[in-house]
Amino acid sequence: MADLQLQGICKAGSGDAIITLLNVSKSFVTGKRTIQALDNLSARVQGCMITGLVGPDGSGKTTLMRLIAGLLEPDKGTVTALGRDATAESLLVQASIGYMPQRFGLYEDLSVSENLNLYADLQGVPGDARQDRFQELMHMTGLGPFVSRLAGRLSGGMKQKLGLACTLVRSPQLLLLDEPTVGVDPVSRRELWSIVSRLVREEGMSVLLSTSYLDEAENCTEVIMMFEGQILGQDRPAKFSSTMEGRTFTVSVPDMKGRILQKKLLLREDVTDAIVQGDRVRLVMRTQGNPDASALVPGAPDITLRPVQPRFEDAFISVLRQQRSARITDREADMKPGPSPGGNGGNVIEVKNLKRRFGDFYAVKGVTFSVERGEVFGLLGPNGAGKSTTFRILCGLLPPTEGMLSVAGHDLRRAPSAARAHIGYMSQKFSLYGNLSVRENLRFFISVYGFTGNAGQKKIQWALDQFELGDYAESTSNDLSLGHKQRLAMACSLMHEPDILFLDEHTSGVDPLARREFWHRINALAEQGVTVLVTTHFMEEADYCDRLAIMTAGEVLALGTPAEIKSGVRSAEIPEPTMEDAFISLIQTSARGERSS
Amino acid sequence: MWRRVFALTVKEFLALLKDKKSRLVVFIPPLVQLLVFGYAATFDLKNIPFAVYNEDSGSASRELLSRFRGSGNFTEVATLRNEGEISPVINRQKALLVIHIGPEFNRNLLKGRTSPVQVIVDGRNSNTAMLAMNYARTIVNEFNRTWSERSGKPGPPAHLVTRAWFNPNLESRWFIVPGIVGLLTLVVTTLVTALSVAREREQGTFDQLLVTPIRPVEIIMGKTLPGFFIGIAEATIIILATVFWFDIPLRGSVLTLYTGIILFILSAIGIGLMISSLAVTQQQGLLGAFLFLVPAIILSGFTTPIANMPPFLQDLTLLNPLRYFMVILRGVFLEGAPFHRLINQFWPMAVIGMVNLTIAGWLFRHRLY
Amino acid sequence: MNGKPGKSGPAESRRAGSRMRLTGLVRKEFIQILRDPSSIAIAFLMPVVLLFLFGYGVSLDAEHVPVGIVVANPDQDTSRFIGSFRQSRYFELVLLSTMPEAVEAMESGTIDAIIHLRQDFSKKLKTSGDAPMQVIVNGVDANTARILSGYIEGAWIRWLGHEAMAEGATLKIPVQMEHRVWFNSELRSRNYLVPGLIAIIMTLIGALLTAMVMAREWERGTMEALMVTPVARREIILGKLIPYFALGIGGMALSVLLAVFLFNVPLRGSVIVLFAASSLFLLTALGMGLLISILAKNQFVAGQAAIIVTFLPAFILSGFIFDINSMPAPIQVITHLIAARYFVAILQTIFLAGNVWSVIAWNALALVVMSTVFLGISRRKFRKRLE
Repeated sequence: MADLQLQGICKAGSGDAIITLLNVSKSFVTGKRTIQALDNLSARVQGCMITGLVGPDGSGKTTLMRLIAGLLEPDKGTVTALGRDATAESLLVQASIGYMPQRFGLYEDLSVSENLNLYADLQGVPGDARQDRFQELMHMTGLGPFVSRLAGRLSGGMKQKLGLACTLVRSPQLLLLDEPTVGVDPVSRRELWSIVSRLVREEGMSVLLSTSYLDEAENCTEVIMMFEGQILGQDRPAKFSSTMEGRTFTVSVPDMKGRILQKKLLLREDVTDAIVQGDRVRLVMRTQGNPDASALVPGAPDITLRPVQPRFEDAFISVLRQQRSARITDREADMKPGPSPGGNGGNVIEVKNLKRRFGDFYAVKGVTFSVERGEVFGLLGPNGAGKSTTFRILCGLLPPTEGMLSVAGHDLRRAPSAARAHIGYMSQKFSLYGNLSVRENLRFFISVYGFTGNAGQKKIQWALDQFELGDYAESTSNDLSLGHKQRLAMACSLMHEPDILFLDEHTSGVDPLARREFWHRINALAEQGVTVLVTTHFMEEADYCDRLAIMTAGEVLALGTPAEIKSGVRSAEIPEPTMEDAFISLIQTSARGERSS
Repeated sequence: MWRRVFALTVKEFLALLKDKKSRLVVFIPPLVQLLVFGYAATFDLKNIPFAVYNEDSGSASRELLSRFRGSGNFTEVATLRNEGEISPVINRQKALLVIHIGPEFNRNLLKGRTSPVQVIVDGRNSNTAMLAMNYARTIVNEFNRTWSERSGKPGPPAHLVTRAWFNPNLESRWFIVPGIVGLLTLVVTTLVTALSVAREREQGTFDQLLVTPIRPVEIIMGKTLPGFFIGIAEATIIILATVFWFDIPLRGSVLTLYTGIILFILSAIGIGLMISSLAVTQQQGLLGAFLFLVPAIILSGFTTPIANMPPFLQDLTLLNPLRYFMVILRGVFLEGAPFHRLINQFWPMAVIGMVNLTIAGWLFRHRLY
Repeated sequence: MNGKPGKSGPAESRRAGSRMRLTGLVRKEFIQILRDPSSIAIAFLMPVVLLFLFGYGVSLDAEHVPVGIVVANPDQDTSRFIGSFRQSRYFELVLLSTMPEAVEAMESGTIDAIIHLRQDFSKKLKTSGDAPMQVIVNGVDANTARILSGYIEGAWIRWLGHEAMAEGATLKIPVQMEHRVWFNSELRSRNYLVPGLIAIIMTLIGALLTAMVMAREWERGTMEALMVTPVARREIILGKLIPYFALGIGGMALSVLLAVFLFNVPLRGSVIVLFAASSLFLLTALGMGLLISILAKNQFVAGQAAIIVTFLPAFILSGFIFDINSMPAPIQVITHLIAARYFVAILQTIFLAGNVWSVIAWNALALVVMSTVFLGISRRKFRKRLE
């Protein structure tokens, strides 16, 4: 029966289009700028499979989703979904699609079951069919034990799963998912993906999913690559990666830190991309063919070069590099405006048995670690693991309930205000004055740090040059693109030459190119003796750190260099564990341990 | 330290004035409210609609009625022919007042007997009713005086000479408009400051501030100064309008007035920052400001005298800075009160301001999230 | 609803679907109201607090006003005069001996009026029959001053009556004004302030609360999720109107109970008419709230707009405290656009005068027109689009 129905709706790979876009254009006006979100775009999306929508931030993915859902009207062109015009017949289209926006509108003061019931009412699911469907959804999402919990009290991953369940109360023919895995920990991410693939396999659903995690693109049947409102390519992910065949390697040099090797490699004209993976560097060359290993890095004869399988990400970066000519140059050599304080070794940050309680809930339960001068230290963990709380305590924004901490010899909460001049802080979300111009923001922060007159002007000029913000100096910060906002935020936290830099999930929501750019800057700073503490939930970023602590539920699960942590979970099934494998295995072990104790 | 305070002040001004919406909120509503309050908020009655049921045909009754018509306060809306018409005319709010003159009116008067005039008033709005009655009584008394003089009969053995000081024509605009200076200054400064920290908290910029070397005292000062200057500017504009547009006399010294304004704005900012440091979101800040403003205005003596309130509420008003400022405003504007007579109004505002600013500064850093 | 009838399914099943969506939305809203203390506070706590503040705090009834009496030459006549003033509950007499002393007291605010009986008061009283009494009131608060001089005049006439009676004659004044006050014979200001206040409270619940909760849906992204469901515009609007209508009527009932039983305001008209009129006003207020939130889409702006556009005008221009007839003509014209004006008239009539149909009908008609206009515009402006 199900199969019959499936064939009635669509035939996988038959070429029947479930969504058709024809010459679609859409622009928005914000402030004084007009943003061309979609520019004369045409595409066909086939049914019965997962189509991934991939592209950097601001490439028009969300606008495209909203057009298909009938929430926006195109300026030009037609959008057809399930054979109907999404603009003129939006109510009918909406009756047979499920759409999960980036921030799914769960009513946080309603419980899980109340949210489900509301959407069942809105979707017209009759009362008798409802219970079976709910059972199925609860089973699928694993939310069964939490039906009476308020949605606002769920973790980020559970919220996304509930959002998905709400869009699935009446099994839709077409499911639109807008960045469903943003801010979700790897375990929940895998679970979400397995739910989605099951829906396609068993219910014959068609799924259009946008994502900024490039490893997820490989799980899609087909990928549409978007850039600045246009489509750069549409194909199976393997097809994309196959163009990179013979251009991808890992490189390592004994006794050379990964990030130093990376920097040397990136200076070369023939290198498209180089990213740190622990003590090795993954290298993407501009052209095919084995490069001469000994000539790659001057002065490093004992270099090892091994070819590796290309990934979707390599293709993506390669295509983007062609679009955006911006290359990483050696300007990072000049990251810090003044001479670095130097110094050698010694613990700059020390944390012992740190605890923090909110009501009767411990957000941080006894965390201990230390960070050396010039080290890049990462705090890794899912949402709600206590990373941000630990962070805020270190910055002096929150008092600890218990425990000892010292940052550059001070407890910042009690330290004289001058001690805070030695730290820089960049928070999770953009936290500068939105209606002030770039220059006004810079001027404010530099004068707060006590630089006025000529010295201040110099610093501002340095920041504008260094972060390539010169063209935007007079524009209002709110009108900047996300990438530029992040640059400005980083400029503001760096201008006063801090010795310690705190970065709280500074790359979330930033596209891969911008993320690379940030890490180059961070690495350059670390080279100059600045201590950097970062939090992140991007597993690959953990590889960029010198050392890291993996946190979950307020506790540190593992502490060490990326290689140490990965080797800790090596087993017969996973001989070459990635950071994500390590993370999932650590979390599962800890969960099992809790259950048995 | 001053450099940082200055930087913060400049930033606050830029943030406030660059945003079109907040610029509007700061300047437009106060001016509109000044005009509306200035013209609409008056207890003086003009055009009181009245109806006449005159059963008398003599000249005396006509004279009495023409005094009503000519007074400028009354407008005749109906002439009634029988008693049954009185009730509908009042019920339907066509007339506020019915003057009923009996058939014997003229005859009694001529015989030197006291003749009654009945005045029926709609009491739905008791204040209007009472004032209308007072107006009517004044007209009747005037009539009596001329009548006695003209007829040569001895009047009452004593007569009353009433004079009003400070406001000889008893215009309530003279009372209300100086009060508006206090009211609007309070609303604007409270709103500007109550939302300032909450906005920064919501946007995350407050954390960014707290990790810089800036000290709580400096934050307080940086947040106080913009509200202070805006408050002073606002008050000055309204005072100018009061004097030059509404023609209300400013009898006291400008120096005394500004001493009051400065202390009052400080106390208002203190309360605003206190609300701000407690609020996590702008919405809470707005609600908090609202919850403070409504009682503060009602219990300030702005429209109704504090003396009319029950004792426990009168005691409560002692915590309200606007209460003191109202006394100062009216004292300086209308009575020309000298500085020394207002000292008892100055110091409570200073105390309220200092206490609140101190608590707000402490809360900035110690408030639990 | 911009679509043509979709599936060829029978109209009845479509109606059932619509009913199900609507009940779902209404149930959701009620749960949210119950879980969000601030809605409950605005709907039930605010009326109580405001009624208390206004009921006790705003009073135009001056009693025990301190009045200074300066008697230059005390004797039997003046003490009789003072005696007759003492009987009045309106005054608190302060005896002073010299005028400068009295002026000082007036300036420092300890007394609000001075009655000055001059040196020759007794003499002139007996001989010329034209004894002067000077009354000086502090005119700063013009309203109180006027009321006060009315009281003094009344006390003076009473004294004249006593004097005449003591001499065995009746008082010879040509015309004596007798007054009768209908509906509120003791002239308690609370009797008209409290009903008027109900209009203010309803404005708050209707406009402010609705504007903020609707804007909240936009801000939290829940509106986007609602919009892709088959729910129609009409259902979203009704789904907001019904719960807040119920909440408003609840607040209304509470206010009426407090007014009647705590503040002893008479309720002379019918309760049914009262609630019918309130429903009309509530619809108007809800319409305004919806319109504001559709235009603002942001809780902060919506909240401020609601206070500036609905609350303050309801306060000043509705005739709640200030008499509309005495305002300048242009402002009188503006008051016709304030819904609270009509409701205040209805409330004061139903409470104090009874079911006076001509007053109620016209004002109710105005409310019908206004609510239709506001709800109509909201429905037109509210699009199932994100722009």
